[in-house]
This record gives sequence, C-alpha cells and structure tokens, in this order.
Amino acid sequence: MEQTPNEYSHIKGWGVDADPKNEPTYPIKNYTGDDHQRLNWERPPLQAVTVEILKSNERPNLSAVFGTSSPPSGLSGAIRRYAFKSSESEYGHWLPLLLADRINVVEGIVDDLRQGHIPNIFAEKGWKADWKYNRKGLVQNVLIGVVVTTALVVLLNWKKKRLAA
Amino acid sequence: MLAMNYRGPYRVRAAQKPYPEILHPGDAIVRVTRSCICGSDLHLYHGLVPDTRVGMTFGHEFIGVVEEIGSSVQKLTVGDNVIVPFNVACGTCTFCKQGLFGNCHESNSQATAVGGIFGYSHTAGGYDGGQAEFVRVPYADVGPTIIPDWMDHDDAVLLTDVVPTGYQAAEMGGIKTGDTVVVFGAGPVGIMAAKCAWLFGAGRVIVIDHLEYRLDFVRDYAQCEAYNFRSMDDPVLFLKKTTDWFGADVCIDAVGGDASGSALQTITGKKLLLQAGSATALHWAINSVKKGGIVSIVGVYGPTDNLVPIGNVVNKGITIRANQASVKRLLPKLIDHVQAGRLNPKAIITHRVPLEEVADAYHIFSAKLDNCIKPILIPPSARK
Repeated sequence: MEQTPNEYSHIKGWGVDADPKNEPTYPIKNYTGDDHQRLNWERPPLQAVTVEILKSNERPNLSAVFGTSSPPSGLSGAIRRYAFKSSESEYGHWLPLLLADRINVVEGIVDDLRQGHIPNIFAEKGWKADWKYNRKGLVQNVLIGVVVTTALVVLLNWKKKRLAA
Repeated sequence: MLAMNYRGPYRVRAAQKPYPEILHPGDAIVRVTRSCICGSDLHLYHGLVPDTRVGMTFGHEFIGVVEEIGSSVQKLTVGDNVIVPFNVACGTCTFCKQGLFGNCHESNSQATAVGGIFGYSHTAGGYDGGQAEFVRVPYADVGPTIIPDWMDHDDAVLLTDVVPTGYQAAEMGGIKTGDTVVVFGAGPVGIMAAKCAWLFGAGRVIVIDHLEYRLDFVRDYAQCEAYNFRSMDDPVLFLKKTTDWFGADVCIDAVGGDASGSALQTITGKKLLLQAGSATALHWAINSVKKGGIVSIVGVYGPTDNLVPIGNVVNKGITIRANQASVKRLLPKLIDHVQAGRLNPKAIITHRVPLEEVADAYHIFSAKLDNCIKPILIPPSARK
C-alpha cells in the first residue's frame, strides 16, 4: 500500500530535501567543466618542509600543506620509507605500514622508559572505566589471562625438566 | 598543552605536547572548547588503519576559538568561535572547486585516495587532531565556519562530522519519496543517516544493529524501525521478506571496517588485517538492496584488499556511491535544519568527559559501556 505524506506529519521536516533531480548515478559535485585541466589550478603557497614527509608515489609533489605530527624514525621509520616505494594499490605499501605500526608501539614503550616514564598500560587501556562499568567482564578477562599464563609457565617448565632429564 | 596521545592499539593517554605552530600563512591556531570521539576514531584506536603512528593526537570533530591566525588569513579574526570541518581542504584545487572538499588534492601528501583529515593517521595527511587544548588548522579561510550566535555549542560540535556524514549518506542514496531505506549501524552516524533519510522523503526507515540500547535510542530519536541482527538467522533474508521479497530501495553502510556479525570477516579483516577491516555491513547492504537499487557507503574501511561481493553488484545493476562527507558544502543547509528544529544533534551526546580521562572515554565508547552513544571531551582550558 502506498503511503501518503500525511502519515509523516509527526516527522518534522519530512520531505523538505526531496529532490527528484538527485540522480544517484551522477556524482555529488558542482561540475565546473575543468575536470580535464588536471594540475593547472593555482597552487596555494607551499608549506616549508621542516620534518621528513613521506610522499605517495602516485603524485608528483608534496601537497601544498601537510601534517607534521610524527615524522618517521627508528626501525618503524625505515619500514615506512620502504612502504612508500610501492603505490597505494599494492600490498607492498599497506602491509609494511601495518608492520611498522606494530614495531612503533614497542618503540613508544622504549622511548617512554628512556625518558624515565613508566607507562601505566592499565590506565591507557581505560581499565578504570572497565572497573566501573564492566567489573564482571574485567575480572573474567584477568582470570583467563592468569590461567593461560600459568598454564604456559607450567608447560614450559615441564618441557625444560624433561629435556634436562 | 594537554593532548590525547596514541600509544598503540587500545592504548591512549592524555599527555603534555608542544603548543602547535603556524606553519603556513593560511593556518590558524584554534583553542578547542569541545571535541568528540568519532566511531571512525575507533578504527584507529583498534589499529585497523595503516600508518597510525605512536605519538599522534586524534580528533577530527572539534570546535573552538581562534587564538592566532597566519599572515594570509582574511575571513577569521582572533576570538571567533568556529566549527572546524573534519576535512582539511585548500578550496582551490579541481576537486575543492567542485565541492568535493573530502577529496582535496593539496592537503595530503601521503595518499591520493583521501584528502587531509585532522587526527586521522598519516594516511590522511599526518595532522594532529582536536582532542587537545589547541590545534593547528590549515586553510583557515576555507573550512572553519563561524558558529551562529543562536547555536548551542553542543550542536555545533556535531556539525563537524557526524551530522554531515549522516546527511550525505542519505543524500548519496538518492532517496526518492516513499523509498524504503535500510541503515546498517546504529552508531552516531547511522542514527543521523536514519534521521536525515526522512528529510529526503523516505517512506520507511529501518536500522539494523546488534546492541539493544542503541536500537532503543535510534527508534526514539529517528522515529524508525530498528532490529537486532543477533535475533535473526539471516539479516538479508529478513530484509528481503519485510520488503515484499524485493529488497530495500536504498541501503546505507554506516559501519565500516569494525563490523560484527561474521566470524570469517572478523578473522580476515579485524584480526589478520588481510582485508580492509570486516566488510560484513557492506556485504549485507549489497545483498539486501533491490535490483537497480543504491548502496551508499560512509563507513570507513582500511585501504588494503577487500572481499566485497562485486559479482552481485554487477548482476544486480546496483549503483554504489561513497565518499567522505564534504562538510563545508553541507554546512549552510544543516545549520538551517538545526535552526528550524528539524535536526537536534546534541540529543545524541551521552557522555561529557574531561580530556584528562581520554583513555576511559575511548574504552567506554569502544566497549559500548554505560549505554554510550556519543562522548565529547572537554579540555581543561574550556572548563575555566
């Protein structure tokens, strides 16, 4: 059964943006006719490069403006530099970046310790909130962790003893 | 200054960082008064987005007060209260000129697929974000929009991403009067997409999620039907059955790579990271839309390979439309909707958390604790 607009009177603004011309096969853009002008726009002033910025090999130059948040460094940085030799369509780009991210986590902990800061990993994981809102789940997870760790330690010790014998 | 600091998957803290600098004549420094944690921040938090580096500050949804401006900034003055769209956009490249502010070519050196986004990994430009006391805002004459005097700042902060993204999701669906629209995901963006679908004249709006508290919320807020896929054998079959066995006219994926609901997708996409996150919601969207229907994607996926049912896309003649929201393009219309009372964004805010407790806020949002829908962070300097 076809519904009529009257049935939507309880919904404020029903249909105000209805537009029969919103044709989904046409992209939402203001077509300017200069799609094929490619790189001919007037570029904004270029930001000075003060830290190492890795650049996609799918573009000829750096963008006029860029972020300088966390320049590549250490082993993770070396892997990131390697990743940027491959295009964004390659596993050779994304998988090394994911590996670098994981190595970067260890580097972060080492950096913290080097600066005399012992990271409070429980606080960083938001366990205070867990204790407040998910106490049962938290206790359950801790118990599972303790049981698994104990089992592993016992197993390893047992193997060691067997080898020694 | 105090800022959120990423330390690795599921680990963040509030820490001191240097005050940001003007690095370009078009920059401004904004003192943040409110920032949000977005559902897409959780993809970063969970380690799903490549090139998310330790030490970064997240946060692409924020408002604040202009503290400093670069030498070429003309449209802002110190002291202005501004909405800062999540896209970093130059306003002059071919894409920006066409209103595709989410696809700017002069804001991200590190990838060509996506423009610059505040606090969204180096894949989106390596910018520090707004979960901090201060933030550098490039192209300050392009994105930032002065908050109207009448507007509640809790509404304003949600206009930086979640409302425009939900609105654009509905807009990209090309919804026609009377259409049946299915939204996958009852997170903040899904809630907004459902709400906005009515503005385009939808005849029926259905939301699918697996958390009862979110389903209750979206039923009430967006006046729609909402169903728990955990209670179904097969959500696609359910949707076919409830749409006269045809399928929905429009399906919206408001979930992205963190989707639940499929063990295979979880293992390959979220645990082994062999594809662009878990594509469960996208599968369901493609498979439950009608032939000739439209699938609109605003859920964020990582950039690696993706196991989507592309054969079904071809066989069904589906139009797929997807993009990051072009916030700047949509802001005038959305401000009008808020003023007219057609949209009430701040009603989705459930948690207001001091920036110092950012780790707890992330965990509450990520683990869906305490019936959390949308958390916002308040920096210490905004509480004085």
